[in-house]
Amino acid sequence: MHPIVSSIHHGNLRTDIPEFRAGDTISVDFKVIEGAKERIQTFTGVVIQRRGNGVSETFTVRKISNNIPVERIFPLNSPRIAAIKVNRLGKVRRARLFYMRDLSGKAARIKERGVKVDVAPRSEPPAGTASAPTKSSKIKSAKAAAAKMAGAKVEASV
Amino acid sequence: MLGLIGTKLGMTQIFSTEGNMVAVTIIELPPATVLELKNKEKDGYVAIKVASGSKKEKHLNKAESGVFKKHNVAPARWLTEWRLDDTKEFAVGNKIDVSIFEKEKEVTVEGTSKGRGFAGTIKRHKFQRGPSTHGSQNVRQPGSIGAHTYPGRTFPGQKMAGHHGDQKHTIKNLDVIKVDLEKNLLFIRGAVPGATNGEVIVRKQ
Repeated sequence: MHPIVSSIHHGNLRTDIPEFRAGDTISVDFKVIEGAKERIQTFTGVVIQRRGNGVSETFTVRKISNNIPVERIFPLNSPRIAAIKVNRLGKVRRARLFYMRDLSGKAARIKERGVKVDVAPRSEPPAGTASAPTKSSKIKSAKAAAAKMAGAKVEASV
Repeated sequence: MLGLIGTKLGMTQIFSTEGNMVAVTIIELPPATVLELKNKEKDGYVAIKVASGSKKEKHLNKAESGVFKKHNVAPARWLTEWRLDDTKEFAVGNKIDVSIFEKEKEVTVEGTSKGRGFAGTIKRHKFQRGPSTHGSQNVRQPGSIGAHTYPGRTFPGQKMAGHHGDQKHTIKNLDVIKVDLEKNLLFIRGAVPGATNGEVIVRKQ
C-alpha cells in the first residue's frame, strides 16, 4: 500500500473502541438520524461474530427483542457509533456463534469468562490471564521429560 | 476541458460525513504551471500549455529540455495542452492545482487499463465456457466463428482471442468525494482504470 493511502486508511481507524470478542455482551450506542434530528439508540446483545480487518471490520450483535431475534451488523470504525460498552465477557469456543440462532432459552446461555483484574505489582500476574501460558509450558516440559525418559529406557534396553 | 495529470495511489474506504462507508480511489495530482496561452489568431486553436510533476534532468531529451529552458521552468514529467473555450482566467506562470475539482461533483478519469497479455475469448469478451466433464472437449473454445459456404468467410470484427488490456479507458461521471489541497489528493468514489502508480488524467466535465 502506498504510504499516503496507508496513512489515510489508518487515520480512519477508531482507537476508542474497547476490546471485545464473540460471546461478549455489549451495548452499542448508535447515532440515528431522523429527519434533521440526531439521537442515540442503544442496541444491547451478544456479539456473534467479528469479521474483516482494517477500516472495513464489522461485528454482528444478536439480541432477542420481544421474542423476536434481531441481528444487527455494525461497521467497527463507523463514526456513527457513539460508544461501545462491554457489559459481560462470555466464554465461548468458537469465533462465530451462528449456532446461537438455533438455540433459545436456557440453552442460549453463555458462560462468563474470567474478568481481567488490574493488579498493581507486576511480579504477580493476574490469575486469569498469565497462569494459562505457564500451565501449558509446564505440561510441555513434563512431556519433554517423559520423552527423554522413554528414550533413555530404549537406550538402556538396547 | 481543463484537467490535471497525476498518479493513482491506490484504493481504500473512508466514511462520508453522513457516516456511510465509501470505497475511494486516491489520486495524487501535482500542481501544473501554465507555460503558454495558445490563441486562435496565431495558433489556430485556443488552449493552455502546462507542465506538471517532476523529472530528472538526465531523463530529458533535447526537445524537452529546450521547452523547459525557453519557459524557464524546472523539468516536468508531464507537458500537456488543454483545449479551452477561452484563456481569460489564465496567465503565464499561473498554478493549477486540485482546487479546480473542489466545486465539481463529477469528473472524467482516463487511465491505461492493466495489461492481460494474449487472452482467450472468455476473459477478453466474456464468452461462456463449455462443460468441463462428461467427455466434453469444449472447455474454453470460442465456438463457431461463422456459417459455411455462404458467406464463405469470417466477418470482420468477429470476437476472438488476442491482446487484452493495456488500453486507454475513459470513465465519465465519477463522483468526487473529497479534495485534499495540502497533499494534492483527489478522492474519487469507486475504481479508476489502471494499476496503482499508473498515470491518470482527471478532467472536468
